[in-house]
Amino acid sequence: MRVPYGWMADYCDPGLEPRDLAEKMAMTGTEVERVVTLGPPSPEGFVIGKVLAAEKHPDADRLSVCQVDTGDGERTIVCGAPNVAAGQTVVVALPGAVMPGGMEIKQAKLRGVESNGMICSDRELELGEDHDGILVLNDGPAPGTSATEVLPLAEPVLELEVTPNRTDCFGIYGVAREAHAISAAPLSPAPWNGGPIGPGVDSEAGDVERLDDAAGEVKTADRVRIMVRDEELCPRFTARGYTDVKVGPSPVWLKARLIAAGMRPISNVVDITNYVMWLTGQPMHAYDLDLVPEGELVIRRAENGEKVAALDGDEYELTDQMVAVADRNGLAGIGGMMGGSVSEVSASTTTVLMEAANWNGPNILRTSRDLGLRSEASSRFEKQLHPDLTLRAQAVAARLMVGICDATPMTGLVDVAAPPPSSEPIRLRAGRVERILGLAIDADRQAEALEMLGFGVEREGDDLLVKVPADRHFDVTREIDLVEEVGRISDLDRNLPATLPSGAGRPGGLSRQQALQRRAEDSLRESGFDEMVGWSFTDPAEADRLRLDPEDPRAGAVRLANPLSEDQSVMRTTLLGSVLGTARRNLSRGADRVALFECGRVYLPSGAFGPGPLGGDFPGNTRPPFNEPQHLCALAVGSVDPSSWRTEASGSDFFALKGVLEHLAGGLGTAVTVERIPGAPTQPFLHPGKSGVVRAGDRPIGWIGEIHPLVAAEYDLGSAVAFEIALADLLDASPVGEEAYRDFTPFPPVDRDLAVLVEEDMPASSVLAVVEEAGGELLTGASIFDVYSGEGIGAGEKSLALRLRFRAPDRTLSDEEIEPVWSGIIEALEKTGGKLRG
Amino acid sequence: MVERIEEIEAEAKAAVEAADSASELEETRVRFLGRKAELTGILRGIADLPPEQRGPVGSTGNKVRKALEGLIEAKVEGLRNAELEKSLAGDRIDVSLPGSPARAIGHIHPITRTRRMIEDVMVGLGYQVMEGPEVEHDYYNFTALNHPEGHPARMLQDTFYVEDEEHVEQVLLRTHTSPMQVRAMEASPPPLFMIVPGKTYRRDSDATHSPMFHQVEGLAVGEGITLADLKGTLLAMLREIFGPDREIRMRPHFFPFTEPSVEFDVSCFRCGGSGSLDDGSRCGLCKGIGWIELGGAGMVDPNVFGFVADAGYDPDSVTGFAFGFGIERIAMLRHGVGDLRLFFDNDVRMLEQFS
Ligand SMILES: [Zn+2]
Repeated sequence: MRVPYGWMADYCDPGLEPRDLAEKMAMTGTEVERVVTLGPPSPEGFVIGKVLAAEKHPDADRLSVCQVDTGDGERTIVCGAPNVAAGQTVVVALPGAVMPGGMEIKQAKLRGVESNGMICSDRELELGEDHDGILVLNDGPAPGTSATEVLPLAEPVLELEVTPNRTDCFGIYGVAREAHAISAAPLSPAPWNGGPIGPGVDSEAGDVERLDDAAGEVKTADRVRIMVRDEELCPRFTARGYTDVKVGPSPVWLKARLIAAGMRPISNVVDITNYVMWLTGQPMHAYDLDLVPEGELVIRRAENGEKVAALDGDEYELTDQMVAVADRNGLAGIGGMMGGSVSEVSASTTTVLMEAANWNGPNILRTSRDLGLRSEASSRFEKQLHPDLTLRAQAVAARLMVGICDATPMTGLVDVAAPPPSSEPIRLRAGRVERILGLAIDADRQAEALEMLGFGVEREGDDLLVKVPADRHFDVTREIDLVEEVGRISDLDRNLPATLPSGAGRPGGLSRQQALQRRAEDSLRESGFDEMVGWSFTDPAEADRLRLDPEDPRAGAVRLANPLSEDQSVMRTTLLGSVLGTARRNLSRGADRVALFECGRVYLPSGAFGPGPLGGDFPGNTRPPFNEPQHLCALAVGSVDPSSWRTEASGSDFFALKGVLEHLAGGLGTAVTVERIPGAPTQPFLHPGKSGVVRAGDRPIGWIGEIHPLVAAEYDLGSAVAFEIALADLLDASPVGEEAYRDFTPFPPVDRDLAVLVEEDMPASSVLAVVEEAGGELLTGASIFDVYSGEGIGAGEKSLALRLRFRAPDRTLSDEEIEPVWSGIIEALEKTGGKLRG
Repeated sequence: MVERIEEIEAEAKAAVEAADSASELEETRVRFLGRKAELTGILRGIADLPPEQRGPVGSTGNKVRKALEGLIEAKVEGLRNAELEKSLAGDRIDVSLPGSPARAIGHIHPITRTRRMIEDVMVGLGYQVMEGPEVEHDYYNFTALNHPEGHPARMLQDTFYVEDEEHVEQVLLRTHTSPMQVRAMEASPPPLFMIVPGKTYRRDSDATHSPMFHQVEGLAVGEGITLADLKGTLLAMLREIFGPDREIRMRPHFFPFTEPSVEFDVSCFRCGGSGSLDDGSRCGLCKGIGWIELGGAGMVDPNVFGFVADAGYDPDSVTGFAFGFGIERIAMLRHGVGDLRLFFDNDVRMLEQFS
């Protein structure tokens, strides 16, 4: 909302520099985006001139040599505009005047002719952008008059960022009232109730109440029939007719104010509708009444596919969710959005119908979005205006139509209105303000603040009974809203103490999952991995790049209806794509190795949740629409550890990364196992022979492996290894914080080694399992310390060397005691096809 | 005789002192304490002495013998240590060479770092940390936060909707972390003190807007909680983050789910809130204003409590405040990161700058 300072000052001049006012407004709830100065930095040197003669320059086709009366005598000015002509009233920048942008006007010879100033265009004065020629003023202020008296030169304009609840600040008078409450400077009566409307146009007290008083001979009701078929979409429609309307350009002051407000002057009648809207916050529309057959307008839902040619020159196709204004022949406008061209006011118009209507905000909002059309009117209606504002607008418009267009108002309004919204006063209980704000403000001061903001206040003991003005009706509906109003006018910034909540003590803290998540992240950091944060959305083609089967639930669960682009249109179901993409980007930028990890969510069809919030099981009565478990994914390309002066860096292979995973699990006090499940499908993006399922206990929690060469190639990578696990499942297996102490034995262990030949495909973990099973209680540890195949070993076989540790809690074991256990182990190994070596 | 023993002692001490090798020391030992040594002879011949001399000579002789043995023992150890030191000094390495094997140094993302810092500060103030879904029901993101159907505020936050033919515009990517206010209140009765860090989404993309970003939500509900408590809490938090001299400014604003609502600023930590630097130039961080905008806050709107009345939230008995702000914004301010998009580009040359 652009607020020309001078226009606002008609109603309240807070006596502050615009910047100081902006600061105060910001501290009371109205953001001022910026304060701009229209046109030149100073009005000095800009005067009204009268063009006495304009002749062609003897030596230049495009230039005219003009004699201009600037009050201080006649001067010669060379002008390049095609539209300059004798008789025009223009704005002259005298030598010494400074133009917007800083250029100073100087006496100069142009093609041999001395020029003493410049005739300005509105573009040069930053009053508009649409015209190429000079600015011609229609009525004639005396030559020599300072231009600032008729034009907003060097006018400060406040650009307000009005929050959607404050519909009152979409009108100059509402902003003036705000300035009044902030500064305590006096506020003039409203422009519909005795205040000024514009230079030479004033209202009288009670204008709104007198709208039905006799005026012209013709009655509006005789010329106009309004039928509202849908009161919900159009709660009020008021119309007033005018005869003998003289359509023409608006006076300069009116044009200038519209320009300063950011609107384009069109003709006096149309300009009046815009001026009234800017002043009161209530949009209007003017019809050429002679172009409305029988003066009949029907407000109804449009039919699906019904078309209307609107004033902006475009044709719009409506739906039955939208409200239209129809005449006998078809549509004459889109309710609350824009009028139709069929009854547009033109130079030949003499009879006018002025509409001030009220529309359903949510409906206008939806229509605006569906049509892709936003007008000054719709942006106000969509926030829901009060139906009574229509009368204010009609009262102000009537004064302007008479004062500017010489029109004769028809007698009376046609006013079709649904029952008005109730306007019960709101009780503001004593002590309530202090209870919410934590700052005591006495009842007198509360009443004073509310009254300055336009509320009606009655005292009832220390309670206040508050009546809300129509333009705050939908914003202030409850006691709490009054508390806010009192608070924002009470200089809270200075007065509000800074305290901390008192009352029952409470333990703050991270949940166990949150604390362990940090530990997991830190473990990967300590293993040399860089944490990354990838996009949650991805390209639907990623599923293909990862070779996911279309039937795989990870081939895309959550699809956005309105993505910013196709490559950000689905939510990721695995972190791997993000990590691979980031690896590629870094390698292409010259990194020689990358080790990355991400701890983030994936978005899966709803199904079984994992444990706790990290498993997607969030608090609240309604389950989330999808399953969002937290995953942990790590990827290494090239060596994890750099080379040093005595060790060579080796590329990361499966076991290097498995070590990282084991370090991670071990740091959480638990362990993971990795298995290839015979016959089970492997992850399609992994090397089928160098990958496996990660388990914590019996539960599969993810995968680890070398990236499939075809997938690696998609991402321009050589060999890469990665794992991805469901974090909550891993944390669930962790005993951290719940460890139970067991006594350790003082008796020494007995270590024995054995070597066994097994089939190449026999997993080492199975061999260990057999040994542990057979070893019973006395076997307290078994580990593999060598794996060998090749010379001396039969094809299809490998040799595993195991170290076994025997120990009893209560005695030193003798060979005789170990012997039966040892033979049991060997027997068990042989039963599974193992052959003892040596 | 006793005098003689004392002379021997003095001689022997001097000889031990003078010895500077193990062999010399052994010679000395044999000379003074060996079988043929004078002292040994004296002690052996005590029985031949007159009875009144036997006592003094025996005790002095034995004392001196013991002292000399100890002296020689100590000297032996000293010489051995000196020889070890000498050989160690010759066994040298180049300590300036790097450690081996070289270990890669990993890094935690600046957003995670910043999030953890905020969490730790708020935990210290007595808050729990909670997570909520990012793909959310319209109900939690809008309706229960007092954005009625057709409310213009719904349009302010350009929303990503999830494709769902049955429920058009019912499932969305949360536009703020605020939906967890309602979920948390549904799940536990007052008093409730919690923060919610997490990802949020808006349909907006340029140098200052990212379609995905991170917020922290805060919510405190209980008896007697006021706007002044909000101010004190934010001030305490901001001083932890930006330094003990910071001040806070709250400007009235509008949010559908808080009333009264404010936006809050922190005094600029570069220029101390004056807007200009020591050399008189305009402070670029706060653009000369002295304040840096951080987020939105306010008192929980009674209508929001209305949606969780069943869970024990009665607006006549409890009040509360809520606040929200961007994690990236804090990270950018604290670390001087100029472009929001750098956080999601994950260039390791950026990541490596944060530990
Ligand atoms: Zn600053």
